[in-house]
Amino acid sequence: MLILDCPYCGVKAEETELQAGGEAHLKRYGPGSSDEEFDGYMFMRKNPKGVHFERWRHAYGCGKWFLAARCTATLEVFGTYPAQTSAPPADLQAKIKSKRPNWEGYK
Amino acid sequence: MSTRLPKGGRLIDRTKPLNFTFNGRRMQGYQGDTLASALLGADQMLLGRSFKYHRPRGLVASGAEEPNALVGLGTGSRFEPNQRVTTTELFEGASAASQNHWPSLEFDVGAINNTFGRFLPGGFYYKTFMFPRFAWKHVFEPVIRQSAGLGKVPQDRDADRYEYAYGFADLVVVGGGVAGLAAALQAGKEGKRVLLIEQTAHWGGRAPVDGVEIDGRPAEDWVKATVEALGKMANVTLRTRTMASGLYDHGYLLAYERIGDHTPGDGRPRHRLWRIRAGHVVTATGAIERPLSFAGNDIPGVMLAGAVRDYVVNWAVSPGDRTVVVTNNDDAYRTALALTEAGLIVAAVVDARASVTGALPDAVRAKGIRVLEGRGIAKVKGTKRVTGVSICAQAGEGAEIEEIDCDAIAMSGGWSPVVHLWSHCGGKLIWDDARAMFRPDAAKPPTGDDGMSMVTAVGSANGALTADEVLADVAKQMGGKAAKTNSVAEAALEPVWIMPQGAGPQLKMKMWLDYQNDVKVSDVQLAAREGYHSVEHTKRYTTLGMATDQGKLSNINGLAVLSDALSQAIPQTGTTTFRPPYTPISMGAIAGEARGDIFQPLRKTPMDEWHGANGAYFEPVGLWRRTYCYQRPGEGVHEAVNREILNAREKVGMLDASTLGKLIVKGPDAGRFLDMLYTGVMSTLPVGKCRYGLMCNENGFLSDDGVVVRLSEDTWLCHTTSGGADRIHGWMEDWLQCEWWDWKVYTANVTEEYAQIAVAGPNARKVLEKLGGMDVSAEGLPAMEWREGVLGGCRARVYRISFSGELSYEIAVPASEGLALWKALIAAGEEFGVMPYGTEAMHIMRAEKGFIMIGDETDGTVIPQDLNLNWAISKKKADYLGKRAQERSHMASPDRWKLVGLETLDGSVLPDGVYAVADGVNANGQRNVQGRVTSTYYSPTLKKGIAMGLVKHGPDRMGEVIDFPADGGKVFKAKIVDQVFYDKEGAKQNV
Amino acid sequence: MSNAVSALQGKSAVGFATVTEAGLQGMITLRGDLKSAKLKKAVKSAAGVDVPAARRITLKSGRGAGWMSPDELLILVPYAEARATVEALSKALADDHHLVADVSDARAMFRIKGDKADQVLAKLCPVDLKTLADGELRRTRAAQVAAALWQSDKGEFTLVSFRSVADYVFGALELSARSGSELSAS
Repeated sequence: MLILDCPYCGVKAEETELQAGGEAHLKRYGPGSSDEEFDGYMFMRKNPKGVHFERWRHAYGCGKWFLAARCTATLEVFGTYPAQTSAPPADLQAKIKSKRPNWEGYK
Repeated sequence: MSTRLPKGGRLIDRTKPLNFTFNGRRMQGYQGDTLASALLGADQMLLGRSFKYHRPRGLVASGAEEPNALVGLGTGSRFEPNQRVTTTELFEGASAASQNHWPSLEFDVGAINNTFGRFLPGGFYYKTFMFPRFAWKHVFEPVIRQSAGLGKVPQDRDADRYEYAYGFADLVVVGGGVAGLAAALQAGKEGKRVLLIEQTAHWGGRAPVDGVEIDGRPAEDWVKATVEALGKMANVTLRTRTMASGLYDHGYLLAYERIGDHTPGDGRPRHRLWRIRAGHVVTATGAIERPLSFAGNDIPGVMLAGAVRDYVVNWAVSPGDRTVVVTNNDDAYRTALALTEAGLIVAAVVDARASVTGALPDAVRAKGIRVLEGRGIAKVKGTKRVTGVSICAQAGEGAEIEEIDCDAIAMSGGWSPVVHLWSHCGGKLIWDDARAMFRPDAAKPPTGDDGMSMVTAVGSANGALTADEVLADVAKQMGGKAAKTNSVAEAALEPVWIMPQGAGPQLKMKMWLDYQNDVKVSDVQLAAREGYHSVEHTKRYTTLGMATDQGKLSNINGLAVLSDALSQAIPQTGTTTFRPPYTPISMGAIAGEARGDIFQPLRKTPMDEWHGANGAYFEPVGLWRRTYCYQRPGEGVHEAVNREILNAREKVGMLDASTLGKLIVKGPDAGRFLDMLYTGVMSTLPVGKCRYGLMCNENGFLSDDGVVVRLSEDTWLCHTTSGGADRIHGWMEDWLQCEWWDWKVYTANVTEEYAQIAVAGPNARKVLEKLGGMDVSAEGLPAMEWREGVLGGCRARVYRISFSGELSYEIAVPASEGLALWKALIAAGEEFGVMPYGTEAMHIMRAEKGFIMIGDETDGTVIPQDLNLNWAISKKKADYLGKRAQERSHMASPDRWKLVGLETLDGSVLPDGVYAVADGVNANGQRNVQGRVTSTYYSPTLKKGIAMGLVKHGPDRMGEVIDFPADGGKVFKAKIVDQVFYDKEGAKQNV
Repeated sequence: MSNAVSALQGKSAVGFATVTEAGLQGMITLRGDLKSAKLKKAVKSAAGVDVPAARRITLKSGRGAGWMSPDELLILVPYAEARATVEALSKALADDHHLVADVSDARAMFRIKGDKADQVLAKLCPVDLKTLADGELRRTRAAQVAAALWQSDKGEFTLVSFRSVADYVFGALELSARSGSELSAS
């Protein structure tokens, strides 16, 4: 059972206090988008063995959504950060790159 | 025979005898006994029958690895099957019964399987029950169900209570032997927050039994002093009777504390499941001795050498008068010495090694005991009890050299570290050839959230064997200085996987690898011949190491035999996966506090107590408890529902609608936000008014509905379905936090702040007027508007909204005043014929009016357009959640099933969920379908069945009759009609 | 106001710790910019305390404020004053983006008293109570429902849950506090 640090309130919360929200950094496509764009937004999800970015909500705590970078194979958590961003923080990306040199980036 | 020795027994208190029964026979043991030692002390060697062949079985081990001696323990509400006698502490009045035999333990019919054993080889089930196909259901399965399964299922409700506890520690040390104690002491001195747990009731592990001396004093004294020192450290917590069951992600350790097993009925919880978050885990879990595979090694009286020593030293019980020790290593010689020390006879030590020298064998020889070098056991004599052994050359094929009379055999095939916790969460093992064991690979440990190792294995759990090695290993890994011990040099063991080495098929068929599941050397070899090369496949094919064993006793011997059969090295074969729990834990512990009234949260409205006192027949709605109907004495549920509906239609009814979700949305961008959330336009809703709204998910499907209220210029109140409040609030926050975080909107879930009461019916206004305080006239409070005021002394917000089609008011008051208002309305309504009504009446009344219900008309694949709700969808808005999805060709198709009303030709009620059939069959040969029923009821108002359903091209087919085949071959013929069955003009609600 | 009753009307149970439903308590949700001077002033005036730091609660003679999230406070006042406080806060913050909601009736409040009160909570909440700081407000899970808790006095914890699950929470607390089930001697 995972533990993740909530970047808003600082609580090291265990999985039962959190709500998982799937892949992070999806771009929303609304009316006017092509079928391919909408299909990608709605249905296509990464399933990497390795570095992954996820949405989590501190549901039984401060109620805030945050994002987490995690290795799906070892469960190592590289870091968590607030959800109000479209890309992982640069220092976190650098940290991941140093730990997983073959990582191809979050996109 | 096995018996209690006249003196000794470090764990028993002879001044405290305890009475117990086994299969109804009265027996006596002592305080400090396990059920195993007490039974053995009472000469009860035969304790059960094996799973497949029903062979007689006795004790093999003295601890958690015991495969045979599982009993039904207790009676009635405290009965529990499959209790391991070696880990059950004896208590006064204990009642145990053997399992897996019929009619009796001594005479068992199922033992016929033993005679025909050669017809029940590995994979027997897979091979036999394939054909003929019908036989599985009618012959094989009933027979197997009758004979399979260990133990009986308890019949009574469990009398005990259970609980969880959450624990936190920098370091959890698992195992209270000398390694664990030394590790905890060192960490404690360093100021770490330490939790030390031990699965038995005693500290010290094997060292006191094995005659270890530490720092010049007996291990027992060192253990006592160390436990005392630890007890004085404020940063160290000690727990006995607590077994580490499993280690999971990020240092999550489950531990099973058996608080009251040995004191049943004393009012304490029986078990406690610790959910521990460990910064780091030290596994000092010791090692388990391996059996040797010789013919007849399962006959009662054949035991592990270490276990024999335990019974003699710990509990003063001798498994036999005359014991033969058989071994491939020096450690077993300690058993010979312990037996001699206790005045018992050791007939011989049979050692598979060709030449045996060293301190321990010399000490044994010095006692005058024969040591047979290069010898093995060809065969054990006896059936329900060992009577002797046939000795052969280990290097040969089993020709008897001599026969030795004995009534017990102490065997040792070497020791295997307990690596379960290390392995549960991904730690890897390496094969140590010199010690013939898998031990933790320190280079590949299980890792935690920081990517670093989260487990350290120390002592015997790390492959150390002598006390010196154990303490040195602890010091090396934990820091500090290792204490000196009296360890003597021991010669290397010689791996012996079958005995004798050249044994033929006859002997191999009687060499047990897995006692509990009746897996023999011959079964594993057969599996290899039949192509099962993967150890995981072989495990499943043969059942080796399954059930409670989980790789404790049978693992290494089994995979050594498999490796040999496959002509490959053991590391190439590898091990099977170690899975939690280490030993079985009770269902009660897993449930914890969650049973009875607190099995799960039951949400109650402020008026719940009144409902209960007034005939409420409750139903669950999400986690809420709601009143389905209020039954009067002698009244059935359906009669009550019909009465409630007619009364609301003719007079006035009251519904507790407190469970409706209530979400405040406020801010300069709140209108814009709600326009994105709802399919309709909410930003234009005037203050003081209400509007019905629909919410879709991004896939376009209808997700929730409710009335939206404009409270002020920048504040809206969104009503959601009863089950949807938390979900929709989370949905709102998701979009506000993760997508439109620059929009100025705050939300608050105020669902529970208000009790809400619907007053509906022709007399509704009269009731409110009698209560007084607010203008609720047609002009003062028109339909789809709201007003705030004081009603009957309660501060109230009154909405003129109707889900029943009647003149209706929904009154929201602070929850703490809900009960008072409810009672006031009941009293005020008396002269107008008020009756409370429940959720079923609400459902039927809304169906009579053709209103949809989320969860009935919707199922996650229905878009609002399917339900003819286009009027609630804005065509002007550029965007709303779900809009893009609804533009997809399939969603815009005219062939989608659409909502219509359905009326059976004979007035009967359509069954729920039935499908309307169309001509022809589909690709799978199934009848084509053209629609289905979504809601169906008997309408007391219209005195006939009414239904709604989704039908292909439905709205264009009014008047058409379609067929709904139901269970039992009956076909319902129903006419497609308008979905509004009652008061189509809405005259009743607009008065 | 005489009509108002709390969820369990003061129900109490005695075990190795005493569990009591604490009756009606004024509680107000305030969402806004916690750093704004105007909000700070409004909180001080309504609750008599400063805006608490993250995850902290400050209480002074029956009034106070707790930090719920980066943009949310829980204002505590006597029940009878809740409505007036809502109005005062709304008025003070009228020109700023904010949300004030009376949630006094949406909640139930419990006190767990005794030397081992923490052991009761340790059975229900995945929280390391030994490291709970003075004045720390911890939002978490109590068995299967959301809860907020803090140490309100020496040997006393206060726990807040939703009103509808008051019976459930009381049941779980009562069971966990039963004599004989102490987790340890201290």
